[in-house]
Amino acid sequence: MSDATIWIIILATGIGTFLLRFSFLGVLGGATLPDWVLRHLRYTAVAVLPGLVAPLVLWPEATGGQPDGPRFAAAVATVVVGYFTRNVLGAIAAGAVTLYALLWFTGLSI
Amino acid sequence: MARSKPKNTYLMGLRDALPFLLVAGPFGLLFGVVAAESELSVPQAMAFSTVVFAGAAQFAALQLMVDNAPVLIVVATALAVNLRMAMYSAWLAPWLGGAPLWQRALAAYVNVDQSFACSAIRFEQYPDWSVAQRMAFFFGVVTPIAPAWVAMTALGLWLGEGIPAWLALDFAMPVCFLALIGPMMRTAAHLAAAFASVALALLLAGVPYNLGLLVAALVAMAVGARVELWQTRRPAP
Repeated sequence: MSDATIWIIILATGIGTFLLRFSFLGVLGGATLPDWVLRHLRYTAVAVLPGLVAPLVLWPEATGGQPDGPRFAAAVATVVVGYFTRNVLGAIAAGAVTLYALLWFTGLSI
Repeated sequence: MARSKPKNTYLMGLRDALPFLLVAGPFGLLFGVVAAESELSVPQAMAFSTVVFAGAAQFAALQLMVDNAPVLIVVATALAVNLRMAMYSAWLAPWLGGAPLWQRALAAYVNVDQSFACSAIRFEQYPDWSVAQRMAFFFGVVTPIAPAWVAMTALGLWLGEGIPAWLALDFAMPVCFLALIGPMMRTAAHLAAAFASVALALLLAGVPYNLGLLVAALVAMAVGARVELWQTRRPAP
């Protein structure tokens, strides 16, 4: 792949990505949206983020896509603590402690 | 600008972003390492991280470039991976739409998973924030993350080798986002949308160019909206 081709890819991807990010925010501005649109938008975060991480939890790249006990348990601990305490940092800590403790234990048992 | 509300939302965003340095750091480092092994020059790798500024899409594009895929396929794949950011843009529009155009353009450039996810929690938690306060929060989140992403890419290019496996930093990204998802589950509608998102994303994981996630997200949004309608109708006399 030539130098010029690589630069074209970088610029085209950069411009395209910016347009995707700017799209609605740029065009709609302060316009008020109909209720049904707002009702759908309210669920954007819970509709995208769980689906984004679910495959990474079930089929981690670090284990070559094989389900991994410690990683799955860490994910469950993170969500459960986050759900019940509503504390993001506490949830991250719970996930990290679970992950390292179980990786250490399973490492010992091998 | 009137300083009627004492809360400094910029500092709040800064603080909320700190755990995500654990995500952006290793991810950027890894991109630098992979780029060092490819035919990308140092300026090209750095331009990738600053101009495109999107982890997953950069990895997808780089992988295809190493495989010598046609230019159009490389660009289209990277953009497909980033399509979810158009959804973030739509979500942000009602909250930040009142800001001046230059601020919206700047916010669009740093409209990434982290800034969106942190805003999704805080904007709904503090609906009385002014547009300026929301904008300040949004930029607060990216203030530590954006430089870290670029600096860690440079470090990865310079080091040229991987991160020790025992650190299990591959899992920093899932844990950080999962930690945000828990507190977002405020109603049955949020729960239903999240379950639909997980089930469909797993079911459609084989669909190329990350398009399965997009379909999963759109259906999950419809599920959330539908359940909300049921919930509001039922208790009404």
